[in-house]
Amino acid sequence: MTSLAAGSRPTRTQPSELVGARLPRWAPVAAAVAGVVLALALKAVLGWTGWLTAFFSAALLFVVVLTGWSFRVEGRRRAKDRLASTLIYSSFVAALVPLVLILGYIVVKGLPAFNADFFTHSMNGVGSRAGGGLYAAFIGTLEQVAIAAIIALPIGLFTAIYLVEYGKGGFARAVTFFVDVMTGVPSIVAGLFVYTFLLLGTGLRPFGAAGSIALAILMLPVVVRSSEEMLKLVPRELRDASYALGVPKWRTIVKVVLPTALSGLITSALLAIARVAGETAPLILLVGYAAKINNNPFHGDQATLPMFVWDQLGKRTGNASDFGEARAWGAALTLVLLVLLLNVGARLLARLARPKTR
Amino acid sequence: MAKQIDVENLNVYYGDFLAVQDASVNIAPLTVTAFIGPSGCGKSTFLRTLNRMHEVIPGGRVTGKVLLDGEDLYGSDVDPVNVRRTVGMVFQKANPFPTMSIYDNVIAGYKIAGTRKSKNDFDDIVERSLRGANLWEEVKQRLNRPGAGLSGGQQQRLCIARAIAVEPQVLLMDEPCSALDPISTLAIEDLIAELKASYTIVIVTHNMQQAARVSDRTAFFNLAGVGQPGRLVEYDETSKIFSNPSQKATEDYISGRFG
Repeated sequence: MTSLAAGSRPTRTQPSELVGARLPRWAPVAAAVAGVVLALALKAVLGWTGWLTAFFSAALLFVVVLTGWSFRVEGRRRAKDRLASTLIYSSFVAALVPLVLILGYIVVKGLPAFNADFFTHSMNGVGSRAGGGLYAAFIGTLEQVAIAAIIALPIGLFTAIYLVEYGKGGFARAVTFFVDVMTGVPSIVAGLFVYTFLLLGTGLRPFGAAGSIALAILMLPVVVRSSEEMLKLVPRELRDASYALGVPKWRTIVKVVLPTALSGLITSALLAIARVAGETAPLILLVGYAAKINNNPFHGDQATLPMFVWDQLGKRTGNASDFGEARAWGAALTLVLLVLLLNVGARLLARLARPKTR
Repeated sequence: MAKQIDVENLNVYYGDFLAVQDASVNIAPLTVTAFIGPSGCGKSTFLRTLNRMHEVIPGGRVTGKVLLDGEDLYGSDVDPVNVRRTVGMVFQKANPFPTMSIYDNVIAGYKIAGTRKSKNDFDDIVERSLRGANLWEEVKQRLNRPGAGLSGGQQQRLCIARAIAVEPQVLLMDEPCSALDPISTLAIEDLIAELKASYTIVIVTHNMQQAARVSDRTAFFNLAGVGQPGRLVEYDETSKIFSNPSQKATEDYISGRFG
C-alpha cells in the first residue's frame, strides 16, 4: 500500500449524506428463505396439491419480500433497482434452464451409444437389433450441408456486397424486403417448393443434393443478413482512404472491405451452416432415408442425422426398439456436437482473421 | 510537377441541398492554402470536390468547374479514379488500413490498385515516403507491425506517407491535426512546410493559429444562416486575412467575436 503525503482527514461528527441505509449482504438469501417458508406455509394451509403452484408462489413471494424490505430500508430507487435486477436474473436463469436440461439430457442419454462401431458402420441389415451406427447418416449430412453452403454462401455474400456497396433506391429495398420475408419461410415450405419443381417437375427420385437446395434456400437469408451487418461495420473512412489513393471501387471492396470484415464474415458463414445442419422437414420430402451407405449425393436416397433420429425412434417404420432409441440419442448428441464444433470453429477462425494492433 | 487549381463558380450539393454556393478560388502551384470557417460552413465539402471525393457520398454532386492546370476535373470523360491518383488526400481521422502492416499501408495505393513493382522499388518507395512524412526513424525497426498499433500522431503521419507514396501533384488535408496533441501537430506542421517544396497543398483547419503558421493564402468560408448554403467570404494572402481583412465577417471570426 502506498500512502501519499499525510494530510489529516476531517473527523466526521454527523452521518454523511453520501451514505444511505443498505440492506445487509445476506438480504437476498434471507428473502429467498422467507419466500420458500411462506410458500410452504400456504401450501399446508390452503392444501395445494403438487409443487408447481408452491414453486411459483415461492418465487413471487421472494420478489415481494425483497422489494418490500428494500423499500422500507433503502428507499424507492434502490427498491426499484432490486426489483429490476431480480427480474433480469430470473429471466436469465429461465432462459438457461431448458438449454442446460436439454444438453445434459442429450449427453446422458446419448453418450452410452458412442463407440467405434457407431461411427464407422451404417444401419444396413441391423434393423431393431444391437450394433450398427450413423456412418451413412453422418456422410449424408456432411455432403448435403457442404453442397448447401457452396450454393448459398457465395450468393449470400454477393447479395450482401450489393446491398451495402451498390444498392440504393427501390430495387435494393425490394431485395432487403424479400430477404426478410425469406427469413420467415418455414423449412417445410422450402422443401415443398423444391419438391414441386425439382422432383415432381422432372420425375426424379429423391436424392441428397435436392435437400441441399432446400437447405441453401433456408441459409441464404441468414447469410445475407449477417454478412450485410458485418460489411456495414467497416468504417467509411477506410473506403474513403482507398478511393483517395486512386483505387477503383471494386478493388476497394476486394482488398479493403472484405479483408477488414473477414473475421465477421467467417462467423456469419459458419453460424448459417450450423443453423441448417439440424434441419429435418425438407429432407423428409427431398432426400428420403437409406439404411445403407450412399456416398453419392446426386443419386438415390441418403441418410442424414436428423432423419436417422426419426428413423431409429421407429417413427418411420413403426418398429420402435430400445436399441433404436439409444442410437437415436447417440445421433442427437452427434448433431449437437457437430453444431458446437462449428460454433467453436467459427470463433477460433474469427479470432485468427481479426485485424491485429500489435 | 505540382499543379495549379482553378475553381470557377462551383456549387456543391447533397441531393437537393445546396451546401456551398458559387465558390471560385485560384490556387497556385507549390503553395499552402488554408480553408477556415465555422463548423458546417462547407469547407470540408468544398475540399472533397477538389479530388472528386464528394460524389462518393450518396446524392453528392456539383455544378461549375474545377480546373487542374486548365483541365476540368468534372469533364464528361474524366475518370475520378485517375483524378484521385493525381490529387491525394489526408483525412481528419487517421485511417490506416487495419489489416495491413506499416509497410503495406505505405504502398497500399499500389498494392490495392494492383500495380506490380519489384521488392526493391517498394522498399525505396516505403523509405522515401516515410522519410517524407518524418516517420522513418520511428518505425524503421518495425515495418511489419500493424499500422493500427502506432500512436494517433504516428498514424496520421503514416496516412500522409501513404498519400505521398503514390506521388500525387496536389495534397488535400482535411483537418489533419484536429485529433492530435500539440507535439504531433507541430510535427505535421513542420512536415507541411517541407512538403510545400514538392506539392500544392490545401488544408482545412479549425485552428486559426495553424492557418496563420502554415499557409500562404487563406480562404474564409461562412454560413449566412441555418439551412443556408456556405459561401466563400474572402480569399487572400494569409498575412492580409489575419491582419487587415476586407470583410467584417472575417474580422469577427478571426478575432473570436463570431456569432
